[in-house]
Amino acid sequence: MKPSPEIYDALEVVARDLYIKALQDIPPDVRAGLSRGLEAEKQQGNQTASGIMLTILDNIRVADEQKTLVCQDTGLPVFKVAVGGKLDMDLWRLKDSLRKGCARATAERPLRPNTVHPLTRKHTGTNTGEGIPVVKLDFVPDSDRIELQMAPKGSGSENMSFLKMLNPSEGIQGIKRFVVQCIFESGARPCPPMIVGIGLGGTSDIAMGLAKEASTFRHLGTHNPDPDVAKLEDELLDLINQTGIGPQGLGGVTTAMAVNIEWAHTHISQNPVAVNIQCWRGERAEAELDAYGNVSWK
Amino acid sequence: MIELSTPLSEAAVRGLKVGDEAAITGMLYTGRDAVHKYLHEGGKLPDGVNLSGGVLYHCGPVVIKDAAGNWKCVAAGPTTSIREEPYQWQIIRDFGLRGVIGKGGMGDQTLGACREYGCVYLHAVGGAAQVLAECIQRVPTVHFMEQFGAPEAIWEFEVVRFPAIVTMDAHGNSLHKEVFAASQAELAKYV
Repeated sequence: MKPSPEIYDALEVVARDLYIKALQDIPPDVRAGLSRGLEAEKQQGNQTASGIMLTILDNIRVADEQKTLVCQDTGLPVFKVAVGGKLDMDLWRLKDSLRKGCARATAERPLRPNTVHPLTRKHTGTNTGEGIPVVKLDFVPDSDRIELQMAPKGSGSENMSFLKMLNPSEGIQGIKRFVVQCIFESGARPCPPMIVGIGLGGTSDIAMGLAKEASTFRHLGTHNPDPDVAKLEDELLDLINQTGIGPQGLGGVTTAMAVNIEWAHTHISQNPVAVNIQCWRGERAEAELDAYGNVSWK
Repeated sequence: MIELSTPLSEAAVRGLKVGDEAAITGMLYTGRDAVHKYLHEGGKLPDGVNLSGGVLYHCGPVVIKDAAGNWKCVAAGPTTSIREEPYQWQIIRDFGLRGVIGKGGMGDQTLGACREYGCVYLHAVGGAAQVLAECIQRVPTVHFMEQFGAPEAIWEFEVVRFPAIVTMDAHGNSLHKEVFAASQAELAKYV
C-alpha cells in the first residue's frame, strides 16, 4: 500500500524528537541496570565506585527534572529503521526526512554540533553530512508500519571499537580472549559501566554493524534467542566483571551492565569478531509510525 | 572532601594523593584537542587567560546565551583525556598548570610532568554533564570561538565546589595504572 503523503513530514518530526528524547531520557532498562550496579558496589563496600554510581543516578535525576541533556556529547545520530514490507514508499525520501529531522534537532534544541569532515575537520554545524545520520534499513514482512530506533552515539565509547578476523580453529576461547583484551584496552575511556556489543560472523563489515546493533539497540536484560550465543553472553559478562575495572575505570565489580551478541553465518575459513561499546547512558529512543504518519512512542 | 581554591599553590597540590575527593572553587579553563595542539605548536594564550596555578578542564561544553545575553553552561561533562597525552606534559611545564580535569586518566609523560612541576590529574565522572554544569556559576567569556568552534574553544567557568577525584598525584602515583595492573593480573588467569 502507498502511505499517506504526510508520512515524510511526520518522519522528519519524529526523527527530531527521537534525537532529543534519546539525549534527555535514559531508557528504563538502563536505569534499572545502573541501580543494580550501585547495589553491587555497595554490597562489596566499594566506596569510590558507589560514589560514582550515585553521581551517575543523580545526574539522570537532574536531567529528568530540568528536561535537559544527560551528557554534552550529542554523538553521531544512528537510526535503525524497520519498514513494513507492505509499504510502497520512497526510501530515499525516508532517509532524507531523517536527515532533516537531525538538522532540526541540532538547530532548534540546540545541540552541540559534532559532525566534521574526516580530513579537514571542518564542521557541518548540523550533525548531518556525508553518510550522517547513519541509517540502517531493514524490512519486516506482513507489516504496514515503520519502526524506528535512534541512538546518538557518543565518541568516548565509539572510539573503543575493534575488529579481528580470528582463525576459526581458535574457537570460543579465542573469541573470549579477544573480547576481554578489548575491554582491557578500553579501560575507563568508554565511560563504564558499559554495554558491550559483539558481532559474530558474517563478513568484516557485517560483524561491525552487528556489534553496533548489539551495543545500542538491544535492551538490557534480553538474551540472544540462540541458546549457545546466550550462554556466551553470560560467560563474557562474568569474565568482564571479574576484571575489576569498575565504574569509570576506578575499580569495582560493575565494569559492564550487559554483554549483547548478534550473529550472522560466516565462511568456513572465517571467524570475524567485532566489539562496539556503549557508555553508561545507553541512550536510545524508539517510536513507531503507521501508514498515515500517526506516531506511537515506546 | 578536600576543598581547593584556584589559583592552586604548589604546596596544596603536593599535599594531594590518589583517591582524594576534591571540591574545586574558582576558575576552570576548558581545552580539548585543538587547544592542546595549538599550544604545543607554540601558539600564544589569548589575552586575559593565565594558566599559572590554573586548572584546565578537558571538556567540550554546551553553552547557550540566556535572555539577558549572558552565557549559560547547560552541559559540561569531561571528555577522554588520553587524546591530549602527546601535548599535556609540555603545557603543564610551559604554562604552570596545577590541575588537569578530565576522564579516563593519562599516561606516563603526563604523570612525570605532574611529579616534576607539581600538578595533579583529577577524574570527573564521565557523562555527569548536569551534576557538573550545576557547579558552574558564571561563564565570563570564551576564547578561540571562531578559530576552533564552540566545543573546542577555551571557555572560562567560574565554579563552586566542582567535584572530582584525584587519580594521578604529584608523587608519581596513578589510580588508573593501579587498576590496570590489577586487572591485567586477573586477565592472565583467564586467557
